[in-house]
Amino acid sequence: MKFDTPAAENPIDQLKVVGRSTERIDGPLKTTGTAPYANDRHDVAANQAFGYAVCSGVAKGRITAIDASRARAAPGVLAVVTHQNAGKLGKGDRNTANLLAGPEVQHYHQAVALVVAATFEQARAAASLVRIDYTPASGSFDLAAAQASAIKPEDDGQGSPTDTAIGDFAAAFAKAPVTLDATYTTPDQSHAMMEPHASIASWDGDQLTVWTSNQMIDWGVGDLAKTLGVPKEKVRLVSPFIGGGFGGKLFVRSDALLAALGARATRRPVRVALARPQIANNTTHRPATIQRIRIGCQRDGKITAIGHESWSGDLPGGGLETAVNQTRLLYAGANRMTAMRLATLDLPEGNAMRAPGEAPGLMALEIAIDEMAQKLGMDPVAFRILNDTQEDPEKPGRPFSQRQLVKCLEVGADRFGWRGRDRRPGQVREGGWLIGTGVAAAFRNNLLTKSAARVRLDNRGVVTVETDMTDIGTGSYTIIAQTAAEMLGVPLDKVIVRLGDSNFPVSCGSGGQWGGNNSTAGVFAACMKLREAVSQKAQLDPARAVFADGQVSVGARRVPLSEAAGEQGLVAEDHIEYGDLDKRYQQSTFGAHFVEVAVDAATGEIRVRRMLAVCAAGRILNPKSARSQVIGAMTMGVGAALMEALEVDKRRGFFVNHDLAGYEVPVHADIPHQEVIFLDETDPISSPMKAKGVGELGICGVAAAVANAVHDATGVRVRDYPITLDKLLDALPV
Amino acid sequence: MKAFSYERATSPADAASKAAVTPGAKFIAGGTNLLDLMKLEIETPSHLIDVNGLGVDKIEVTNNGGLRIGALVRNADLAADERVRRDYGLLSRALLAGASGQLRNKATTAGNLLQRTRCPYFYDTQQPCNKRKPGSGCSAIGGVSRQLAVVGASSACIATHPSDMAVAMRVLDAVVETVDAKGAARAIPIADFHRLPGEAPHVDTVLKPGELITAVTLPNPVGGKHIYRKVRDRASYAFALVSVAAIVQPDGSGRVALGGVAHKPWRVEAAEAELPRGAKPVTARLLADAKPTHDNAFKVTLAERALARVLAEARS
Repeated sequence: MKFDTPAAENPIDQLKVVGRSTERIDGPLKTTGTAPYANDRHDVAANQAFGYAVCSGVAKGRITAIDASRARAAPGVLAVVTHQNAGKLGKGDRNTANLLAGPEVQHYHQAVALVVAATFEQARAAASLVRIDYTPASGSFDLAAAQASAIKPEDDGQGSPTDTAIGDFAAAFAKAPVTLDATYTTPDQSHAMMEPHASIASWDGDQLTVWTSNQMIDWGVGDLAKTLGVPKEKVRLVSPFIGGGFGGKLFVRSDALLAALGARATRRPVRVALARPQIANNTTHRPATIQRIRIGCQRDGKITAIGHESWSGDLPGGGLETAVNQTRLLYAGANRMTAMRLATLDLPEGNAMRAPGEAPGLMALEIAIDEMAQKLGMDPVAFRILNDTQEDPEKPGRPFSQRQLVKCLEVGADRFGWRGRDRRPGQVREGGWLIGTGVAAAFRNNLLTKSAARVRLDNRGVVTVETDMTDIGTGSYTIIAQTAAEMLGVPLDKVIVRLGDSNFPVSCGSGGQWGGNNSTAGVFAACMKLREAVSQKAQLDPARAVFADGQVSVGARRVPLSEAAGEQGLVAEDHIEYGDLDKRYQQSTFGAHFVEVAVDAATGEIRVRRMLAVCAAGRILNPKSARSQVIGAMTMGVGAALMEALEVDKRRGFFVNHDLAGYEVPVHADIPHQEVIFLDETDPISSPMKAKGVGELGICGVAAAVANAVHDATGVRVRDYPITLDKLLDALPV
Repeated sequence: MKAFSYERATSPADAASKAAVTPGAKFIAGGTNLLDLMKLEIETPSHLIDVNGLGVDKIEVTNNGGLRIGALVRNADLAADERVRRDYGLLSRALLAGASGQLRNKATTAGNLLQRTRCPYFYDTQQPCNKRKPGSGCSAIGGVSRQLAVVGASSACIATHPSDMAVAMRVLDAVVETVDAKGAARAIPIADFHRLPGEAPHVDTVLKPGELITAVTLPNPVGGKHIYRKVRDRASYAFALVSVAAIVQPDGSGRVALGGVAHKPWRVEAAEAELPRGAKPVTARLLADAKPTHDNAFKVTLAERALARVLAEARS
């Protein structure tokens, strides 16, 4: 099905199942511990052996010698795989560094060997017996130091230019009566998902099956095949449950490759899970940024010039953190510029993490907007509303498909009790606490991508959906079941959803908040085809057929779906693909975050007291799981604001705090009352579901809202994340 | 993790004598720290002596009105004990500020005293660390050191002791009771129990090889307000940037120790004379010899501010 005109009324609009708060259909599996996560899959292959990765102790250099003799002689050891015996390996299109190092080492904790043994304990014990000699090389580990040597890549890595310029920014900025020119920094961040990267690999002749934890099955199949140098059709990936990904599992990582190599070497199925302390440096992370923002305004608050530049770093061959992209679209202003530069760093591979680009970009931009409002003596909500735009400010005349930013701000301000707030910072005290409130806009693009599904109807009237779509904790199983139930007029318990297997039709996968809308649109397409097949089988006019209560009917003629399916059942497969609606219209999601914090006036300890998010993100397919997504994202935003940072040892070139004791994320005690409001919205330009993404919108702007609240509480403006108490101490009033 | 042998001891003296004759032996009780360290091969005992069955798990009133806390009393039980909550509230509060409910259910009194530093370089076996591998150097000096020591450190080590409980014990003048392989008992004042790193940071305490902690005793209660204030980057389940343990009497006199700033709970008795004059002179004396790094210089200010909060709370 090609979606190239805005959606008319369709069966989803009945909203008998879709759009209703629905418990996760996979909830019982999770609460009983029976959901099959990759590392738990004792059942899928007999005689499993265990691999343990050996990771590089240098950040950059060359392996000069490997002595695995002691490891090979250790109890239970079946094989030691290194670059010397792994055979020729390629590199996946979506990997920057090699997943197995050698002889070059490109980053700290890059895998250099895999020890395979009969038990996990034997493999782990033998791993420390592998002796690797390196000739270390000097590297570049400090973004600030490398900033001056950063280059302008060909594009932003996603098909957009690195730089844009509209009007005459320099002249307008110079002329503006009120200006802001400030620099912000965001640190490297780790996904810190609960489930470590894990895979079990098994070869049957030249056919490889990998049970893994991966957000993007088809990308994974392609890149694993390419790395191993085998045809894509010889690789099967299975990933029905994923214990969190946040972008860290968009790509095939070392666990999958090492398991495949270990299994090939031992002729046994091999299981590899990365140990927690390996993950931060072995896998990917959100890259640090340095961002300069300049804004020029008239005295009435109208923006006349807005400029946003960002510097980030990555390994050679890597890409940008696209931190300026939202600034191209969020606020009006006739004179504009954006630019992104990329420095070479020899730290581990930078890559996508929840709302890549917008999350760190808004961490900077939405403080800058707050600072500008303060300079103008304007309320920051009013300042944002004044500078709203209803068209793409870089391409005048190009509308947004839907844009309710103003309404998000207004509804949020009402609900939060924003109005009447004292605009002078540092004025509200409760005992030893300084109290402040902050606001930020949320913005995340809505991405459209092809997605396929197969739908079966059997002679019991049961509908089975198969697609390689993944559920990374987001609720994909449930919204896909809701979609199929709505389309075919059956209750939810008559729908079976099977996900995450490369034997199923290729979906959009999970990432970039595109999974919910696109995967269900693919299921919609397949269901439309199945409805036609059912109607024909029942000898009913497909155009007039009504699917309800487990029956298909036209007028008085009703046929149970079980009967229409017949003994053989019926099956239909289709995909959604998109025309140019995302070129003609800018498709984005919007929101507003409001936060109240208390700051200890003496110690600078910051406690978030309440949070509100208002989201406008098209049709919300399942308000219950969407709310879970948003409150999780808000929590992650608090982490970004207050504590999350991979600390770089700039001499030795690695992330030092590489475990969950050192890399702190919020705990329950950090998270107060959270409220989420979804505006009642449908976006017929997005897809037949009229939905958009929402899972990443929830993090966008949160950290800045916290930062702005801290400023409001204390009068101290911190421009370097995370906002830890040491950055407040010297400036506090005490 | 290296393969190891394992046995259960039947009495404290039995445990100590077994340890003395077995090279590479270590005691294990709750295992909340040792097991993690073994998985990472930071600790590589060849033999574990399980002391959980020794029966030293009671809290008893001593002859002079203090408390004798068995080495195996779990942190959760100690924090909840009625006598501790009534007479040694500082200890209860410090315990509850540490770790998580699950860990406190498992961790023991003696084990808490013996937990090792959380310096991230200690935890990364591919990095030099004098505490983990004597003579290999200290990679924390000049590295990421925000959490690390500001006082009492050496050119060989800037690690901190992570315990909250020990800071309260220090203020309470606890005494550590031990037994050695020959069955001889000794009583070590907590002030002398933990070492400063000096040139031998791999040695955390004055315990001799095989010497086993059997109990910690507390002198009779001293009254006053008992306050433990722990400052950290998140609200729970994090090690202290700085913690303050204080007992403040109605006349403003009292005792104070700091956690999170040194290789051991940091108390300077001479500084306590300044308590009636407020946090500033106390902290100035306590941290007179502080040599913070660029990353952790804030701890000096933070200690003073946290103590000021504690003194204000004591007055209220």
